Amino acid sequence: MSLLQVEGLGKSYNLETKVLKDVNFTVETGEFVSVIGPSGAGKSTLLRCINRMVEINEGKVIFNNLDVGSLKKKDLRKLRTDIGMVFQHYNLVPRLTVIENVLHGRFGYKTTLQGVLGRFSEEEKEQAFFLLQKLGIEEHAYKRCDQLSGGQQQRVGICRALIQDPKLILCDEPIASLDPNSSKVIMDHLKSITNDLGITCLVNLHQVEVAQDYSDRIIGLRKGEIVFDGKSALLREEQINHIYGTERRELITV
Amino acid sequence: MNEKAMRKSRWITTVSLIIIIGITYLSAVITEFNFIDSVATLPKALSWIFANLWITQETWERLPAILGKLNETIFMSIAATTLAAIISLFLGLMGSKTTKVNNVFSVLARLIASFSRNIPVVAWSLILLISFGQNSLTGFLALFVGTLGFLTRAFIESIDEASQSAVEALQATGATYAHIVNKAVIPQSLPQMLSWILFMIETNIRSATLVGILTGTGIGYTFDLYYKSLNYNAVALVTFTIVIAVIIIELISNRIRKVIL
Repeated sequence: MSLLQVEGLGKSYNLETKVLKDVNFTVETGEFVSVIGPSGAGKSTLLRCINRMVEINEGKVIFNNLDVGSLKKKDLRKLRTDIGMVFQHYNLVPRLTVIENVLHGRFGYKTTLQGVLGRFSEEEKEQAFFLLQKLGIEEHAYKRCDQLSGGQQQRVGICRALIQDPKLILCDEPIASLDPNSSKVIMDHLKSITNDLGITCLVNLHQVEVAQDYSDRIIGLRKGEIVFDGKSALLREEQINHIYGTERRELITV
Repeated sequence: MNEKAMRKSRWITTVSLIIIIGITYLSAVITEFNFIDSVATLPKALSWIFANLWITQETWERLPAILGKLNETIFMSIAATTLAAIISLFLGLMGSKTTKVNNVFSVLARLIASFSRNIPVVAWSLILLISFGQNSLTGFLALFVGTLGFLTRAFIESIDEASQSAVEALQATGATYAHIVNKAVIPQSLPQMLSWILFMIETNIRSATLVGILTGTGIGYTFDLYYKSLNYNAVALVTFTIVIAVIIIELISNRIRKVIL
């Protein structure tokens, strides 16, 4: 059984425009899949349908044999602990310290009282430091997040996703606000998450080259429809042009 | 296109200015307000102020009584503001787009906020005076209601601005509502909220004087009493103590703001 199955997924925020139209794909455990497509193609919406940060209108999302769309509140919470999420703007609490932000990833496993009182076990704290060390930012553990650079903040975001002990990590344009160097660091970390820890990654990307370099498989999204789904090596110039329309060439020559 | 739009906006500015001048002139004519006459009376008014509003030796004897009333007023303002702040925090959480529980509570919170905010404190004190009579509870309630509306509005904006993205992230980890509010929303927006509360305490000490005149409580009542008994020297002393108190409170809250922000 596949880890994630998306069947006939449709989503619209208003009556006129459909953001997603009949999207079908499956993701196996341990895959590194990129979703590419122009702005407004529905990449972010697609990702957010998987952990139901937006409600699903049509079709089904089946994650780990659970129908995401029909889950009750409590089960949905449990499902979300299995899915980590990394954001373009890191979405940390800037005034809190790095270690506090990382431990936020454990809230899914806590009762309300435990979470509010901030009760974390020794193992959880050790795990948090282990992850910070793994991503090379343990010396910043007690700094406030707003004192960190963008690349460092994104690594905190990845730590927060990893401490959830997830089966799948959704990355919504993780490198769109970063410079090339930090981007490479982040992408290398994401790749090693899949290779070393066996956690599946589904990554939204703007940069086609990055997607080709890092992913096993690429899904091309255009106007809410899948127009390409296959091995990265099979993605040729004409398919890229089809995904991005004709604007792409102009953009790249600038 | 761009140049055209720029020219248009410059033209609009000129026309608006002309209209404003026209309205000013027209209002002056209608109300028979003569600007030159009013300026001419200024020296006379000033000399009256300097002649009568003077703190004399014997008025200082009234100082302990005045300070007692001033204290009462300051603490009433602080009490009204803090109590309003606690309730506003809940209303703010309900009303904010990021932390609302459901639409019914959200609309209700916003409704309470705009209802209590859009009726001025003066009107509140007069309305409450009828139902609660002339005591310090009336003054307290008048300040409380006005503050509640203002702080709810300010808190809604603070919460929306400060924590939208972090709330999304915590929702995605499977955190509960209480986790999100306690560990993301409050830590992130607390400094701004405290800043608003301090601002409101300052404002309330100022309006407490006016509310006091209307409801017969605190320093406002003292002011009113001396004023009506034509004891202008005492009025000057009361005014002086209020000014000093407001300045001190402002200095303190500026210091606090510097530390928390």
